[in-house]
Amino acid sequence: MLQITNLHARVDDKSILRGINLSVKAGEVHAIMGPNGSGKSTLAGVLAGRDAYEVTDGSVTYKGQDLLELDPEERAREGLFLAFQYPVEIPGVNNAYFLKAALNAVRTHRGQPELDAMEFMALVKDKAKLLDMDSGLLSRPVNEGFSGGEKKRNEIFQMAVLEPTLCVLDETDSGLDIDALRIVAEGVNALRSPDRAVIVVTHYQRLLNYIVPDFVHVLSEGRIIKSGGKELALELEDKGYGWIEADGAAVARG
Amino acid sequence: MAVAEAHDLYRARFDALAARREATDPIWLAPIRARAMQRFVALGFPTTRHEEWRFTNIAPIAATAFAEPSITAVDRSTIAPFDVRGMSCTRLVFVNGHFSEALSSAGALGAGVRATNLATVLAVDPGLVDPYITRCASDEDQALVALNTAFAHDGAVIHVPARTVVPDPIHVIYLSTTSGAPTVSHPRTTIVVGDQSQVKIIESYGGPDGEVYFTNAVTEVVGGAGSHVEHVRVQRESLSAYHVANTQVRLDRAAVYAQHSFVFGGALARNDIGAWLGAEGIHCTLNGLYLASGTRLVDTHTAIDHAKPHCESHEVYKGMLDGASRGVFNGKIFVRLDAQKTDAKQTNKVLLLSDDATINTKPQLEIFADDVKCTHGATVGQLDETQLFYLRARGIGEAQARAMLVHAFASEVIDHVSLEPLRDSLESTLLTLLPKAALIG
Ligand SMILES: Nc1ncnc2c1ncn2[C@@H]1O[C@H](COP(=O)(O)OP(=O)(O)OP(=O)(O)O)[C@@H](O)[C@H]1O
Ligand SMILES: [Mg+2]
Repeated sequence: MLQITNLHARVDDKSILRGINLSVKAGEVHAIMGPNGSGKSTLAGVLAGRDAYEVTDGSVTYKGQDLLELDPEERAREGLFLAFQYPVEIPGVNNAYFLKAALNAVRTHRGQPELDAMEFMALVKDKAKLLDMDSGLLSRPVNEGFSGGEKKRNEIFQMAVLEPTLCVLDETDSGLDIDALRIVAEGVNALRSPDRAVIVVTHYQRLLNYIVPDFVHVLSEGRIIKSGGKELALELEDKGYGWIEADGAAVARG
Repeated sequence: MAVAEAHDLYRARFDALAARREATDPIWLAPIRARAMQRFVALGFPTTRHEEWRFTNIAPIAATAFAEPSITAVDRSTIAPFDVRGMSCTRLVFVNGHFSEALSSAGALGAGVRATNLATVLAVDPGLVDPYITRCASDEDQALVALNTAFAHDGAVIHVPARTVVPDPIHVIYLSTTSGAPTVSHPRTTIVVGDQSQVKIIESYGGPDGEVYFTNAVTEVVGGAGSHVEHVRVQRESLSAYHVANTQVRLDRAAVYAQHSFVFGGALARNDIGAWLGAEGIHCTLNGLYLASGTRLVDTHTAIDHAKPHCESHEVYKGMLDGASRGVFNGKIFVRLDAQKTDAKQTNKVLLLSDDATINTKPQLEIFADDVKCTHGATVGQLDETQLFYLRARGIGEAQARAMLVHAFASEVIDHVSLEPLRDSLESTLLTLLPKAALIG
């Protein structure tokens, strides 16, 4: 589904991603871990099409297409979804109105008819229940004044409504209380299917107890320096990053 | 027409009116008018050499020989675009500055409330306006206010006695229309709200698109102790028209006054808005939204004068400029020595939708008291890139995402208006003016 090859990206003059290789197949869950500032959100942003990042080398193929050629909205319509680490507040734009516009844009792209207001509300009520989300949040401006946890829940709620094929979750667990973490994880799991894939960026093993990954990757200084199975996350929780980074540096020096 | 000739034109017209004025004006008004005419001639049309008019050149107004309008009646359909659908209200309609009884209609007013017109009041009950006219808006150093005082012969007079809640809003519509040649009107609005009384008033200014005329409006508002006034101004003049308006508000103890000003029209539009907070415990809100495109110029000058302690003022002005339009915003806040515990907040945001649009914006805080809270913030810029990306990352196309954000920026001001039918009307006007509005809705 997703093939990242030798991806290099920079912001202004600072190179941040320095040769990422990652292959994600349908049905898989990949966890990406790594120290602060290692480039995890940058990778997520490059995948979603944020133009602050300049790709200087490498390629990304998504469902057989050159992902980097697509506008952000085209990527979203093709089923790529980024749950933001820092969801953006948009005063004056109603949450339900925004989501309806998004859903209908995606549906139109898929050749499905647009939903009318009634159909949309029915769908949204369903999904809100799934995520135990206060429906009052729907009539408020997008993320404005939402608590940290409400913002994260709103991201997964949007994901549940849009039903993407590749979900990239950037630290969706941070800021969630224990119950919310479980509910959000269940929301993600409800979407899991043989033709969907999930990339979870997280600092903590806890989320991975709920969303069990097939692969765990460690990103450090813009490179994946170690990959393994779900037990790698447990090991990291135990030992931190120091030991791999030392190894990685040794590898990099050759 | 040279400027000197313009003065001569108004002077001659003033003299020619003298005989008629003698028949219609109460005695006390004659010296006020004479003095106003003198002040106008002495001050002359402001030029860009005046500090307050630095960025706004009204030479086109001075250079045009605006005639006295000949049309004083129109049919209902001409008014329709400026009316508010579905709003039960008292409606006072003026056509080229003349009251139109036929187009006006009564709503629920309450006992003792007067919603009438100046010409009638001057003829039959001049005592109603005597204590107020020129008391808020000074002719002393405002040439265009003086010109209005010299010539105004009609306009809305709203008088709410003490302890009265006016059930229906009062909608004053000033319509201008010409038969080709440019004309001028000088509408004069007097609003007096008694102690503990409540009223909602809308002033609408408008005219058919393409017509050239000059509206020189003055509005005086007196808000009594503990009164609640919501005052909405909707300016939807022809895009070829000139609109200069001066609104002066005087508030008494614990009065709550909220003004929402919408500037949608006019080739050249200048709004001066002043609020005098002359007693304790007043809450004054001045909000506004102005839109300009093409080569239009929209200038807003506000001045909030905190003279006494424990008053609050809130001001949010938003401007949206497209094409090669120009915006000017000047927000003065005075906090006088006596005005301790003042809480004043001013926010001014401008969205530039094109590279050729320009804005001159300036907060001007003059604070003489030491125990006060005064904040101001001004932003000028384009749409927020992170918001734009967020919308696009959910599948919304770039053009639609832009339209949504532009609309959100403007509609925030509309949201503060309490009357729902008016909000709907403002919203639909907004949608006709925004670029790519078809993508939202
Ligand atoms: N717009 C920007 N301008 C300058 N530097 C940037 C910008 N965006 C990211 N960076 C830098 O790139 C590096 C990687 O940032 P990124 O957000 O991808 O890290 P991260 O791995 O997601 O970290 P965290 O775990 O703290 O979320 C950091 O050093 C960050 O400061
Ligand atoms: Mg991050």
